[in-house]
Amino acid sequence: MSCIEQMKYEILLEKTTYKEAREYIEKNAEEVHYVDPGYKIFKDYHIIGVPPIAVGVKGNALIFTYTKPCYGTFVLTVDSEESTKEIDRFRETEKDKVKPSLKKSKPPESPKAPSGSYLDMWKK
Amino acid sequence: MTGAKVLLMMGCPEIPIQTSIALYLSHKLTNLGFDVTVAGTEAATRLLKVSDSEGYYAKKLVNLDKTMEDIIEKRTDFDICFAFMHNDAGMTYAATMSALSQAKLYSIVFGRHADELAETIEFDSEKIVSKDVHNPLRLKNRLDKVVEGIAV
Repeated sequence: MSCIEQMKYEILLEKTTYKEAREYIEKNAEEVHYVDPGYKIFKDYHIIGVPPIAVGVKGNALIFTYTKPCYGTFVLTVDSEESTKEIDRFRETEKDKVKPSLKKSKPPESPKAPSGSYLDMWKK
Repeated sequence: MTGAKVLLMMGCPEIPIQTSIALYLSHKLTNLGFDVTVAGTEAATRLLKVSDSEGYYAKKLVNLDKTMEDIIEKRTDFDICFAFMHNDAGMTYAATMSALSQAKLYSIVFGRHADELAETIEFDSEKIVSKDVHNPLRLKNRLDKVVEGIAV
């Protein structure tokens, strides 16, 4: 988990699928940025994920996914000086890609996953 | 393809057949002249290390997250990747590999929910699907055919 283990983070969603983690971020963040797999935040954490990878902003907090091979995907949030720097970096480098308040607009197409089949079984 | 760099990407070792298939595939590909690296979680690599304490079947055993980091940072890459998966997290790692690597990707989907999990794969890969948990023979036979195809 790299540097994130040393950071003060909060778990918003745990042991879920990647698709559901992405949807959680899209529904709960004030601002959503989409990045490529491997995108680096907090110096040395590369995000593992199924494109499109959503990273959310809520106030000064960054909301992102973290996938553990044996436990599934988690949604974490960090509200610190580092998260503010990451948010500033997003806003500076991806101004044209920022999609504020995605709740009011159509999110990018997500990978198809049959609802009520594998995803439900995995959670049991 | 002899000499090609092959990555076997192991996920959570909860399903028993992963360890035996990884050892089998590593040895078979090595004997065919491929340069094989086996990457796994800490638990998965420990299982392999105990089973193959002399490193006879898996000669290069590395940490999965470190390998992913090296691929992301373009310090290394592979020609072929076999990604083991029996849960959504395994599929997520394989999707990341698909997006970042130039490797020809094979998704080895196994376990009780293999068919359902295979349906969620949207990235470009050849799927080898087997619902087995304890008995590795059916998956081994399917992989033998795949290896025959890439060894020529």
